Amino acid sequence: MHQVQTTPHPSVYFDYKVYAASPRPVNMAACVVIVGAGPVGLTTALLLAKQGVRSVLIESEQQVCSGSRALAFTRRSLEILQQVGAHTMFENLGLPWRCGNSFYRGQRVFRMEIAHNPHDRFAPLTNVQQQFVEQSLVDLAAQQPLIELRWGHKVLDVLETGINGAQAAIEIDTPEGRYVQRAAYVVACDGARSHLRSQLNLKLEGSSYEGRFVIADIRIQLPLPTERLAFFDPTWNPGNTVLMHRAPLDMWRVDYQLPAGETPEEALQPESLKRRIQAQLDMIGHGGIPWELDWSSVYSARALTLPDYRHGRVLFAGDAAHLLPIFGVRGANTGFQDAQNLAWKLALVVQGKAPLTLLDTYTHERVAAAREIVFEAGKSTRFMTPPTRGYRLLRDAVLSLSLTQEFVRPLYHWRTSRAHAYLDSPLNAASHDVAWDDNAQFGAASDASQVEGLKVGEPMANVALEPRDYLMDNFPAGFLLLIVSAQETVTTDAEIEAVLAQFRAQGFAIFVQHQHHPQVLACYGAGAYLFRPDQHLCARWRTLDPRRLEFALQCAVGAGPELISV
Amino acid sequence: MNTSNPAALTIPQLENVYDTLAEAIDSAGPQHAELFLTKLCLLLANRLSDDMAVGEMVKVALADLSGAAR
Repeated sequence: MHQVQTTPHPSVYFDYKVYAASPRPVNMAACVVIVGAGPVGLTTALLLAKQGVRSVLIESEQQVCSGSRALAFTRRSLEILQQVGAHTMFENLGLPWRCGNSFYRGQRVFRMEIAHNPHDRFAPLTNVQQQFVEQSLVDLAAQQPLIELRWGHKVLDVLETGINGAQAAIEIDTPEGRYVQRAAYVVACDGARSHLRSQLNLKLEGSSYEGRFVIADIRIQLPLPTERLAFFDPTWNPGNTVLMHRAPLDMWRVDYQLPAGETPEEALQPESLKRRIQAQLDMIGHGGIPWELDWSSVYSARALTLPDYRHGRVLFAGDAAHLLPIFGVRGANTGFQDAQNLAWKLALVVQGKAPLTLLDTYTHERVAAAREIVFEAGKSTRFMTPPTRGYRLLRDAVLSLSLTQEFVRPLYHWRTSRAHAYLDSPLNAASHDVAWDDNAQFGAASDASQVEGLKVGEPMANVALEPRDYLMDNFPAGFLLLIVSAQETVTTDAEIEAVLAQFRAQGFAIFVQHQHHPQVLACYGAGAYLFRPDQHLCARWRTLDPRRLEFALQCAVGAGPELISV
Repeated sequence: MNTSNPAALTIPQLENVYDTLAEAIDSAGPQHAELFLTKLCLLLANRLSDDMAVGEMVKVALADLSGAAR
């Protein structure tokens, strides 16, 4: 029998609400079952609901996460959360920032300032504790009749993966006893220690790094701005790295690397935490300010991904699918992109409007993104936690040189999470033949407007139309055909309307927006832009014609020539 | 400059570099010699501004290492 902790998690700043355990369901068959009501599971459920698809969300706990966990959220993550209406909390409570500093021997040897594009609604980074993110999403889910959130239900086993066409089945335990839940699809969003992943014996590829870090949240009033602070080889922690991040409500996150061989149990001893945190505060000249510890945990840097995010009818997203380094804030921020990529595709497949192969493009696109992160973040990780003697020597040489030599300082760059561009996705018309759109023509020597604009595969670029009114604010629940031109009054050609009508008759949602705002023209260039429901561009034309539009629409829903299985 | 091969040191220059390196390694001391040499490599690589050449020289330097007296 699954017994759940029903006392609220202790916290100096978050008011935990403990939900009643949900009863066992009457109807044990569902279309989509999502395992794990963390940020990725909740976002997936909300995005599915936006497309009109029901889901059951299974959560083993009866309250939101313990500890602040994911703290720094990227602009792209907030754009994704805006699609489900969860961005307001960030704007009210979150701490925006864009600068990072690296210190060695008391000297700031590197500073990075990420430019804030005035056309972006959200700051490059916003710090908010994960509990607030989950609470916002839980509150939204509670208002959404298409989402059934079950608290206190824990997945025990995958009985059937649904390979070979049958349904999936999972066994679930509750305080009232067990039941078997059937589903057309199961989405595993059950985190880094995914039970579903280990039950199915799926192996991750990539690298694990030796370096272990303590993360500790303390409440303290420090007279410091919201900027990333990284300290290399501090006197109190020789050879190791320490990071500090500001969080709302007078909280600060302190990350420090542990000496080799020290166990997590040793590291989390209260005396050890107290001593080390005090030493860090002393070092930065604020040792006299009182503080209290809220939460602490140990993690190790890993850069791992499943090679395939679909196993029969079980799909993986977020930390269940990949374990990415904290350096460059890759964890939750990558997970949100997974959810956004998966939800619209799963919705179409579940509604019988698109072939199963559309789900394979989720793996194609998101595994490529994870591998890119594994590669890039590997570089940051080898600098932050050198894995071998050779890497340690080079890192230490750079630290020493950086005091006086500019040329090595770029090596401190921590490569922040950014949205992946699906440049070679089979859903892009041009992937089949470059003649199907004009993507290659934009910005070419022959191009009259000379605006390179947004490339196919990239996520939408935001534009400030008026103060506090942005192009992406009202992105529809479906495809968007954005027609940009200098002329004020433009109506859509009748043949184009006919293609759109046929697409709608097949059950797809597509919305048309005409834009002649000078800033949109300057950013995109005149033309027609086809955006997927996840806001990624999949085709663009200088001249829109019905035949090419029709082809692009079929490609975009997985019905392009290569995806139709023979 | 070495007029017979402009890309190489002259013999007096080579002798100069020889002594400079030996004395610098001693001055760094056994505890810091490796770090000093690593820094020097990065500085020289940057001055050379040719990462392919660095790769070639790494190969040359890795050869014939065993059996050298420490």
